[in-house]
Amino acid sequence: MPVDLEIVSPEKLLLSRPVDMVVIPAAEGEMGVLVNHSPMIVLLRGGTIRLYEGNTIVDQLFVTGGFAEVTQARVTVLANEATPVRELTKAEGQSRLAAADAAYAAADKNDIVVLDLLMDRQQSARAMIEAAAA
Amino acid sequence: MPSLKTLRNRIASVKSTQKITSAMKMVAASKLRRAQSQAEAARPYAERMERMMASLGASVAGSPTAPKLLVGTGADKVHLLIPVTADRGLAGAFNSNIGRLTRNIAQRLEAEGRTVKILAVGRKGRDYLKREMASRLVGDISYAGRKSIGFADAEDIALRATAMLHAGEFDVCTVIYNKYVSVIAQIPTEMRLIPAPVPDVAPATEASGAQILYEYEPDEETMLARLLPQNMAIQIYRALLESAAGEHGARMSAMDNATRNAGDMIKRLSQTYNRARQANITRELIEIISGAEAL
Repeated sequence: MPVDLEIVSPEKLLLSRPVDMVVIPAAEGEMGVLVNHSPMIVLLRGGTIRLYEGNTIVDQLFVTGGFAEVTQARVTVLANEATPVRELTKAEGQSRLAAADAAYAAADKNDIVVLDLLMDRQQSARAMIEAAAA
Repeated sequence: MPSLKTLRNRIASVKSTQKITSAMKMVAASKLRRAQSQAEAARPYAERMERMMASLGASVAGSPTAPKLLVGTGADKVHLLIPVTADRGLAGAFNSNIGRLTRNIAQRLEAEGRTVKILAVGRKGRDYLKREMASRLVGDISYAGRKSIGFADAEDIALRATAMLHAGEFDVCTVIYNKYVSVIAQIPTEMRLIPAPVPDVAPATEASGAQILYEYEPDEETMLARLLPQNMAIQIYRALLESAAGEHGARMSAMDNATRNAGDMIKRLSQTYNRARQANITRELIEIISGAEAL
């Protein structure tokens, strides 16, 4: 039985299709979701969402972070942006990393909320470079 | 009685005005369609976000360590108002409605002894509030010259408000925007942003109708700390989109009215013109006849 995957950005519904398994980059480690998974709400980090049909990967999308809601029949990914992995470029990731590093260096080191956010941005940029290289 | 030449000129000028207003109406109509489809495309995310907020908010709301964005600072002293207006005029009462509502709210709050700060979004609102209540204005944001607004713009506003909240610059934040009802109706609405109202929808249910108990990873509070700013940005984004659709709708009906008025005016002017022309002819005839009789 397939599980329905939906990837939504604030601007539009990006993807909606049934897949056999989806691997999502949860904040605490990658998570493979099959049908009848127990209901969860997870935080995502920057990484690749992999769509499986049988044992083959049919699509790979890079997300910079977001949330996912998992129910028994459905996976909903709320992401600010999702790019097909083959369209990623290393240069884009590097420029993002440079921007995030600069913002981190300039940030107030006592403001944990902002630092946390910026560290996430650095992580997501690094993940982007990695995904582009692979 | 104006001369025939001036009448002809006036008719020509009203005619070209009418052409402009009817062209503006067409442009507004096509922009309205685009704004509507953008608003529609944003709906799935907002709906799902609301569902998550509802199930999360309920489980954390009571705890004393709940984040500031959800419960506010606990005080009710300083209010931040964010009026959302358009960057352009010629849209009927669209912008002034927001200006007036903002002023009324500010006056009411001040009468209750609270401090008001205003962050104006859109050029028209900024201009109006600069005239009316410049001392309360703490900043403004404008998208003049931009084709369309994106989610990043809403995020910017949210970040700015969050930074101000953490700096202790206000306690309660309200967005004032034109809610899009239809092409001819936009309702100025106030929407509270901080403390965030927990959406009052029933927690997500699957087809079975049973309530789902979610596991959270990481824990609820970390999750909520991430979800809240995002939710705030989404609320602002929705307000921006509704306001954009409303603006085009308002402009469309304003320009429709203007076109009709111009038509009426042309009718009246050409009637006067024809009457004056006939009077001229009659006078000339009388002159010729009385000239001939005098011989």
